[in-house]
Amino acid sequence: MNLFEYQGKRLYQDFSIPTPKSIFISSISEITDNHGLTYPVVVKAQVQVGGRGKAGGIKVAKDFDELSKFSGEILGMDIKGHIVESLLLEEASDILEEYYISFTLDRSAKSYLMMLSAKGGMDIEEVAENNPEDLIMLHISPSKGLDSETIIKSIEDAKLNESYKDELSDVISNLYKLFVEGDCDLVEVNPLAITNNGVSALDSKVSLDMNAIYRHENFKDFENEIPIPVSEQFAKEKNLNFIKLEGSVGIIGNGAGLVMSTLDVVSEHGGMAANFLDIGGGAKAETVTAALEVLESEDNVKSVLINIFGGITRCDLVANGIVEATKGKELKWPIIVRLDGTNSKEGLSILEQNTNEKITISSSMDEAAKLAVEGAI
Amino acid sequence: MSIFIDNETKVVVQGLTGEQGKFHALRNRDYGTKVVAGTRPGKGGESVEGIPIFNTVEEAVEATGANTAMTFVPPPFAKDAVLEAAYAGCDLIVCITEGIPAKDEAEMYDLLKEKTSSRLLGPNCPGLISPGKSNVGIMPHEITMEGNVGVVSRSGTLTYQAVLELTNLNIGQSTCIGIGGDPVPGTSFIDVLDAFQNDSQTEAIVMIGEIGGSAEEEAAEFIKKNVTKPVVSYIAGLTAPPGKKMGHAGAIVSGNKGTASAKIEALTDAGANVVENPTRIGQAIKDVV
Repeated sequence: MNLFEYQGKRLYQDFSIPTPKSIFISSISEITDNHGLTYPVVVKAQVQVGGRGKAGGIKVAKDFDELSKFSGEILGMDIKGHIVESLLLEEASDILEEYYISFTLDRSAKSYLMMLSAKGGMDIEEVAENNPEDLIMLHISPSKGLDSETIIKSIEDAKLNESYKDELSDVISNLYKLFVEGDCDLVEVNPLAITNNGVSALDSKVSLDMNAIYRHENFKDFENEIPIPVSEQFAKEKNLNFIKLEGSVGIIGNGAGLVMSTLDVVSEHGGMAANFLDIGGGAKAETVTAALEVLESEDNVKSVLINIFGGITRCDLVANGIVEATKGKELKWPIIVRLDGTNSKEGLSILEQNTNEKITISSSMDEAAKLAVEGAI
Repeated sequence: MSIFIDNETKVVVQGLTGEQGKFHALRNRDYGTKVVAGTRPGKGGESVEGIPIFNTVEEAVEATGANTAMTFVPPPFAKDAVLEAAYAGCDLIVCITEGIPAKDEAEMYDLLKEKTSSRLLGPNCPGLISPGKSNVGIMPHEITMEGNVGVVSRSGTLTYQAVLELTNLNIGQSTCIGIGGDPVPGTSFIDVLDAFQNDSQTEAIVMIGEIGGSAEEEAAEFIKKNVTKPVVSYIAGLTAPPGKKMGHAGAIVSGNKGTASAKIEALTDAGANVVENPTRIGQAIKDVV
């Protein structure tokens, strides 16, 4: 889950990573003259999209009048389709130098990767492309971790300002600690600046590994603060992995691979999927009922394709869910069901005993996709 | 021969007393798999449908000669369970558990490499089946038949789809393996391709990938250099919407890799026959065996 800048900076504070003094607001009425910040103050739009500065989402205010004016202008602004709903008001820093640092998992090396560069504050992908020697890439063993000698050596290799070596070393060590102990998929600071007040993380890009939510109480709080599209709210309440798409064939499947593949096959038959909906592994009857309810509230759905290949998921439970959701109901659209794998015989016989004229059973994925595309016309 | 499991495979099930563990362990046993033990701390001495339960994997291995662990332990305890099985000497650990934090996976992988010679399959995978010999995992064995095609996939349910397409055309399989789609899989495409290439029973290979990461591109490079057996491939996600990306670190690490078309191109270049629809996998294999 990708965090907003202000959320990432809260984590930085928890891990003693210095950031400029700031306040967070989501309404203009929250700004008063005694905010405690020293001018100039930077007004920063909190949106999860690159290029907010160029789009006018970052402005420097020299007094209270400007602070109110800019805040009013930026709140509600549309930046590349993202509406600004909150602001971070932050004391401006005198920047002496700007660095880049990130921690992430390198999947192919199966280890952690630190990237460090003295050329921060600019497009780091360009640095990596044109001046790869300016980007230090250091793999870190997940079981051994990152020791202070290695950090010092990286600071030297990246040619960062050596008079700040100790301070930088602490910050890097704490960023790594946040990455590991905080179960982050990504911790990226660009720029990590040397300012008149010392080392400071001026921006934050943090992404959390939601599989670790059970050991972090604050993950849920962060999640609650991130707006989700209205179309996905209901599905989220039901714990379903749902993404709205543009087409007319509603899709329900088990396993991300099979669902993606179902979208591909529907497209090959000339149709377009209305959504991506993965009921996951080991789904119960209620899960399937909830999935159908989600599609019922989607106007663009004209037919529904249920493509299940049972493994850990049992087809008899899926069939029970379908019957539960459709029994005695007049359905808005045709449903094509394909069941294979674990307990598929039992599942098919449940459907055969509870016929509904809008439900068609198909014996193959290809045929089912074809029927669903035809049903959506 | 098959790869990784055969008639001699003796399975200890970690989490046999749970609903999923019990359901699939008994299914595996009915299929003929030697399911010799289960573990559950505090329940040693009990049994599930005749399968003895032990407190630790070590005790189970000692008493039954188990050489393979199948893990259904919930995410918070999965890392320790896998390491316990490895330290107890299991050659193969099949971790079915879904939802393990990436940090646990990375650390677990590191420790397994460094301190043990165990192979981990998964986590978040359907396991593997060598039809006619052994089924260790949650794959529906009804759709498999013994034969000469090796199947490897990142996605569980797509593995089943591919296997069914083969069986429908009367083409059997040597071993079907789901490596799982998590960030740090214990066994990679390359490990499996290498094993299939060296397996006398396997005559052709089906490899199923999906968008994201660079595992398919790395596999393509390996195929180009090391695999002489015919490979049929399918990549899921050609029409999937692009995911939201954040920051630049990921882009620098993966470069142009990750899209369906990049993967299809790499595999085609490596000599694999890449089909655009999973229902064509069977026919494509029929054309080469």
